[in-house]
Amino acid sequence: MNEAILELDSLVKRFGSRDVLQVERLVFQKGRIHGIIGPSGSGKSTLLRILNLIEKPSAGRVFFHGQDISLNNGRLAVQRRMAMVFQKPVMFNTTVFENVAYGLKVRGLRGPALRDRVRAELKTLGLEQLENQAARTLSGGEAQRVALARVLVTDPEVLFLDEPTSNLDPHNAALIEAMVRSVSRERGFSVVLVTHNIFQARRLTDWLSFLYEGKLIEEGPTPEILANPRDERTAAFVRGDTVY
Amino acid sequence: MHIIWMSLFVSGISVFLASALGIPLGTWLGLLPAHRVRWAAQIIYTLMGLPPVLAGLLIYLLLSSSGPFGVLKLLYTPWAMVVAQTVLAFPIVTGLTMIAVRSKDKEIRDTAVSLGASAWQSALTIVREARLAIVGAVVTGLGRLMAEVGAVMMVGGNIEGKTRVMTSAIVLETRRGNFEMAIGLGIVLLVLAFIINSCLYRLQGVPRN
Ligand SMILES: Nc1ncnc2c1ncn2[C@@H]1O[C@H](COP(=O)(O)OP(=O)(O)O)[C@@H](O)[C@H]1O
Ligand SMILES: [Mg+2]
Repeated sequence: MNEAILELDSLVKRFGSRDVLQVERLVFQKGRIHGIIGPSGSGKSTLLRILNLIEKPSAGRVFFHGQDISLNNGRLAVQRRMAMVFQKPVMFNTTVFENVAYGLKVRGLRGPALRDRVRAELKTLGLEQLENQAARTLSGGEAQRVALARVLVTDPEVLFLDEPTSNLDPHNAALIEAMVRSVSRERGFSVVLVTHNIFQARRLTDWLSFLYEGKLIEEGPTPEILANPRDERTAAFVRGDTVY
Repeated sequence: MHIIWMSLFVSGISVFLASALGIPLGTWLGLLPAHRVRWAAQIIYTLMGLPPVLAGLLIYLLLSSSGPFGVLKLLYTPWAMVVAQTVLAFPIVTGLTMIAVRSKDKEIRDTAVSLGASAWQSALTIVREARLAIVGAVVTGLGRLMAEVGAVMMVGGNIEGKTRVMTSAIVLETRRGNFEMAIGLGIVLLVLAFIINSCLYRLQGVPRN
């Protein structure tokens, strides 16, 4: 049974006089790992930022569980049911523990309940040794794992991942991929994954949307899109011919 | 000894007052979109380079017996020097705080908001992340005041045992040809600046380990 968690309707995002996004309709189903692929500059990050309510659309509407959230009332409540891992993780200049605790603290959690949840999440990601380390001194892979722990601990319904492994070594990339797969299966998170990497899309996603110059060119179940792309631009991207 | 104490007293109180006003103002300006505070920013940047003698002149005119605040009889007292130095330090602390907050603004705000922070919570987080640079703004302000001579001489009058500070004493001793004394005071001034900087950087609360 399918249920839409997020929907975009007649969405336009303009920077200056340039339309960087123009999407008629895009639906994200609950429980899926939904991949967004497309060349650099095609508007993938902007799309995630709009879904996460960090950026406002210039026109059009965004629905969360069928409710229009582009109106911006009750932004905070909706935003607290989602979370995003950025391509380049920004660590707060404090310990790993405090970084992971942040999302819970702003929600008002304190004391032993807070500590237990943070520790549990650190353990899940193999970070318990680093609890008291200064987050700014972490390696790229460790920082990205902390960034993931920091969002998972808040138990989001939707997880946005913006090229989460593009700067990582294969070991850490595999670790992040395994984590994403397991939270999707075991904790039932819906995931929107922006990726450049066709192989990663094949390994992780159930559904793929191909974005090109701000427009949704085609979409479908991952195996179909990868095996039989209908549009020539999708085909070129999937073959790896697109320069990006 | 009195000279050293007076230098620290006047510049310390001045930078404290300037920070009490300038840090909140700079934070507020730094959190607002740059294009909306362009005029305020340009005025502050201009005042950051305000020549001390100009500030001294302004305060002198305001405090002199025929000026609007003449009745307070503050001219040639340490408090006149405090007023002048506060005026000098205020734009420096405000401007540097604004720059510090703005430099952290975008990436920290996005991360905080995405993690569920309210507008207030993300603003607080930005300030906390900018603390190092804000302390830097205060230290810069204090450094400028301790080294400044134009304004304190004009409104303080370099009165021995009353409003004479290290910089004005150096000027006087040099004029008298007491170069050893002047150089000695200069060294004390440098050592003091070094100690103050070290202490303030200690306060920054960088996580251990
Ligand atoms: N804040 C902004 N101001 C102006 N242009 C922007 C801004 N953010 C993104 N863009 C532009 O929008 C287009 C899409 O960017 P982005 O969403 O980052 O693409 P992608 O993530 O697919 O590489 C790019 O051409 C980029 O230069
Ligand atoms: Mg991007």
